[in-house]
Amino acid sequence: MSILVDKNTRVICQGFTGKQGTFHSQQALDYGTKLVGGVTPERGGATHLGLPVFNTVDEAVKNTGATATVIYVPPFFAADAILEAVDAGIELIVCITEGIPTLQMLRVKAAMQGTKSLLIGANCPGIITPDECKIGIMPASIHKAGVIGIVSRSGTLTYESVHQTTQQGLGQSTCVGIGGDPIHGMNFIDVLRLFQADPKTKGIVMVGEIGGSDEEAAAEYIKAHVTKPIVAYIAGQTAPAGKRMGHAGAIVTGGKGTAESKMNALKTAGVEVVNALTDIGVAMQRCL
Amino acid sequence: MNIHEYQAKQLFQNYAIPIPKGRVATTAIEAEKIAQELTHESWVVKAQIHAGGRGKVGGVKVAKTPDDVFTFTHELLGTHLVTKQTDCGGLPIDSVLIEKTYPIKRELYLSLLVERSAERLVFVASAAGGMEIETVAYEMPEQIITVTIHPATGLQASHCRKIAYALKLERAQHSQLETIMRGMMDLFLAKDASQIEINPLIETESGELIALDAKINFDDNALALHPDIFALRDVRQEEAKENEAQQFGLNYIALDGNIGCMVNGAGLAMATMDLVKSKGGFPANFLDVGGGTNVEKVCEAFKLILADGTVKAVLVNIFGGIVKCDVIAQGILAAMAQIEVNIPVVVRLEGTNAEQGRALLTNTGLKLYAANDLNHAAEQVVAFAEATA
Repeated sequence: MSILVDKNTRVICQGFTGKQGTFHSQQALDYGTKLVGGVTPERGGATHLGLPVFNTVDEAVKNTGATATVIYVPPFFAADAILEAVDAGIELIVCITEGIPTLQMLRVKAAMQGTKSLLIGANCPGIITPDECKIGIMPASIHKAGVIGIVSRSGTLTYESVHQTTQQGLGQSTCVGIGGDPIHGMNFIDVLRLFQADPKTKGIVMVGEIGGSDEEAAAEYIKAHVTKPIVAYIAGQTAPAGKRMGHAGAIVTGGKGTAESKMNALKTAGVEVVNALTDIGVAMQRCL
Repeated sequence: MNIHEYQAKQLFQNYAIPIPKGRVATTAIEAEKIAQELTHESWVVKAQIHAGGRGKVGGVKVAKTPDDVFTFTHELLGTHLVTKQTDCGGLPIDSVLIEKTYPIKRELYLSLLVERSAERLVFVASAAGGMEIETVAYEMPEQIITVTIHPATGLQASHCRKIAYALKLERAQHSQLETIMRGMMDLFLAKDASQIEINPLIETESGELIALDAKINFDDNALALHPDIFALRDVRQEEAKENEAQQFGLNYIALDGNIGCMVNGAGLAMATMDLVKSKGGFPANFLDVGGGTNVEKVCEAFKLILADGTVKAVLVNIFGGIVKCDVIAQGILAAMAQIEVNIPVVVRLEGTNAEQGRALLTNTGLKLYAANDLNHAAEQVVAFAEATA
């Protein structure tokens, strides 16, 4: 078991024939992901990486039975790409693209309400169930099939958590990078709910960062609904206020969104909060 | 991206939001002339910088004669203004805004921003204008009124009524407020703003509502869609090094410590700063070299870090994923061969081919130290910085 994706998940790629789309699709195929085709307008009918190319997502879904898509199109085309996937009834949309304007995402999220589609990202590394399905840009080699669910706002910190849980011999059930943008798809709560329900997941690593209040909201949810052990780390404990720390969403404004507030909220919810990034794996081992 | 108050007010004017009569000046003579043209009994001289808190530190002055306007402008131009919101160096005053003064009956607050958790645009209003909204929210939360806007339906008359009644406006002022709110909404959507703040929005003795101050931030991700907005950028108000870094695809923020940090990924860069601090050290910067780390980027990153004379040691922390660690190690060596690095550099490489990478960085004859793990690396770099401090 795992969450959201497994070895049977049929995936297409939007922006399939572009540089990023090509590179990461090849990596996904090498990993064994069931990639069944791709979409690039005006390139329909062609074959790329041995797979069919379609003009529209709708056509791709009808011909391949895909239920998931990964988006590698440039930022100003990404909102349209997400909405096209929603219209085609895709269940899981993973948007890797960084730099989508916030107002566009705000409209996309409003339009998605009441549909059956789930969105991961944008501005995220993607999702992986080790040895089964890799959708995104994460390095394959560090993962190991196992029992820890990982959910993170940051790409490289997801990799650090993966690496440490692999080194501890625990491995991962599924890893989800929810992305660093202020308005994004699935949040901590959505993913925590799935990990709690997944029998294979024995423990959860949650990596947050400064900005917004998703971690505080997650703490409230955990208190009421999550019984599995959780280790949390929050990046940006020493970040100066008012500065955007790389990610569009990582900013402390008006005293809100500080690491301290998030860490306290999570501690109160019974989460094992580590101060140092390097303690994640060891703490997870200890909590099981 | 931030813009100046006078630029924000020009945009307000385009969207029918009432602003005080006035103009921007870059010389004292010009300022005096503007005052004379405005024919009035008093004027305000406002230093134009990208930060708030100007009034408390002499950046906003009331003049009783055009002569005073000249004198105040002369005193302000060419200096740096240090406020609560700037660093200790302050920001340069290259222009001043000269405006008529208005008899103020009340100071209100009105802003429009993106509420992250609601995923909506939200108007925030308060009768307690003129003070920081964060302070109001903390000390008298009952004074804060919010209205949430759904993207499908946009601003409704009822939204404006809710705020108008809560602010206890006269019936005749309701339409004025609606004009202002519609203007803010149209401007926000048309130009991809991330925040529009009017603080204070004044009610004059004669009952007019006027935006006495104006602050607009824009979404950096959308700037390429709005060349007219991008043209308003004033790089002199920004950190020169941050801009330089941007040109090379690097994300750099200067801090006041002495340990340079070079990291791939924004989250890991923050986590690295946190770790250095927890080991008793002080990071000199946040620096994200991004995903596709290459020799050129590493070179530029070293140059940026070393340009800061206070840096005593450097910590390079790279998690090699798709780009393998041995390739990164070669990049670091090539960069160090190109530029002279005379301070200790501790490198932590982890991920794909980490051992090959570390081997390449050992016994190089350079002041280069390949650490086995991140904890060790952080301790080592802190020790180096202390030894040479």
